[in-house]
Amino acid sequence: MIPNLGLPQAYLATGSSSFADFLADLAPEVLPGRMTMSPGEANALAPHGTTIVSLRGEFGAVMAGDRRATMGNVIAQRDIEKVFVADEHSMIGIAGTTGIAVELVRLFQVELEHYEKIEGLSLSLDGKANRLATLLRGNLGLAMQGLAVVPLLAGFDLNRERGRIFSYDVTGGRYEEHDFYAVGSGAFFARGSLKKLYQPSISLDNAIAVALEALYDAADDDSATGGPDLARRIFPVVAVADDNGVRIVAEADIATMASRLVAHRMDRPDGPVAQLDVGGVA
Amino acid sequence: MSVPFYVSPEQIIKDKADFARKGIARGRSVVVLEYDEGILFVAENPSRALHKISEIYDRIGFAAVGKYNEFENLRVAGVRLADLRGYAYDRNDVTGRSLANAYAQTLGTIFSETPKPYEVEIVVAEVGVTEDLDQLYRLTFDGSVADEHGYVAMGGSAEAISAELAKSWRSGLTLSEALQLAVDSLGRFGSDEVKDLSVEQLEVAVLDRNRPRRTFYRINVTKMNELLR
Repeated sequence: MIPNLGLPQAYLATGSSSFADFLADLAPEVLPGRMTMSPGEANALAPHGTTIVSLRGEFGAVMAGDRRATMGNVIAQRDIEKVFVADEHSMIGIAGTTGIAVELVRLFQVELEHYEKIEGLSLSLDGKANRLATLLRGNLGLAMQGLAVVPLLAGFDLNRERGRIFSYDVTGGRYEEHDFYAVGSGAFFARGSLKKLYQPSISLDNAIAVALEALYDAADDDSATGGPDLARRIFPVVAVADDNGVRIVAEADIATMASRLVAHRMDRPDGPVAQLDVGGVA
Repeated sequence: MSVPFYVSPEQIIKDKADFARKGIARGRSVVVLEYDEGILFVAENPSRALHKISEIYDRIGFAAVGKYNEFENLRVAGVRLADLRGYAYDRNDVTGRSLANAYAQTLGTIFSETPKPYEVEIVVAEVGVTEDLDQLYRLTFDGSVADEHGYVAMGGSAEAISAELAKSWRSGLTLSEALQLAVDSLGRFGSDEVKDLSVEQLEVAVLDRNRPRRTFYRINVTKMNELLR
């Protein structure tokens, strides 16, 4: 037996390679979702983050998020970041109560890095997706009181050599999406836009352009989603996952693309038209 | 009831220390040395899976010699401590010094309180923003800490290797020069079967101060050959 001096026994114990499990034993109070709350609806107390879109192509996957957080009808923050690099090959976007969502992302990032350091190799993308589901389930109690968080995970699967997207519900349900997906309050409008512009053979540049179009359409019809702010130079955050890893696209590049998009919308406010070919019936 | 033999505390401590020293000297050597852009770890280790060198945190690396299960235990504890601290406070608040302290306390306690001391010697290295902020802590089986400068050699014929490094190490070595120096010293004084040390028998990693966030990375055989050319 090791006496109780120096590192506590919990640190030296042989156990799981999960940081969240280690925390749950040693310091559960620092886990998001473990706070005790008095009953009641807490939804209106904290800011909410809104729309995240993601789509995949032969190059890998793209994820983009607008920059707005709202509290009721008030804009709580104009330049919040909701798309993050989770590790070298995966990225995560979040919608819902921002305080808890950002904490969940932080925990997820440490969870992946912790596993990698202890085991000497990274989790598979499916493994990462399942871990995120477990972390999310820990937040179910708060979700029931209105403080829900809904993440979107995308990454490059090194085993299958392709981009993949995973969506979640508040109970930790995990669903793999084939081509594209969106979460958050503007998701319905974004998904409608993605549906008309997406092609499986889409190139990386076009995928980023389509993601920006989808966010613009979401902002067009959902007041909680922010469009590109040309006056303040605030643009969506875009991340790309391909066989080189994950990177955040340079803000200057997004600024150029977003400015071009806005210029096109000056001519046609509803955006690009999907091509139809119904033959000569009439 | 029989009365146990009296053994003086000096004798107990000496026996334990001799036991631990013998265990450590049986193993193969590891050297850690500073170079101009960071800190280099080189271990004589034919295994690709059981590491003697590893990443603890953004700017902190770990190297060990001795019994694998014992230093692995300490390594995992270090990763847990660093990740918990970084998560609870901030990534910048994780320091090599606090980790070295925690290891020293733990090793000291194990040495004095348990019948069998840990047969390990470890180095906790932290790469600074500039060369003069680099830190090397060497921890021995009884919990002693030494703040080293420039280079450390542990395990096997550590003394001979240290003497060799003392002659040739200088500040401002390039990565290539530092690796060459480490390989030469290990090759000359390493265990008998590796007098002609080949890169396949080495485990090499660096903490590179110019990388963003996680500065630790492993150097594979191809890159090693490039550096040693």
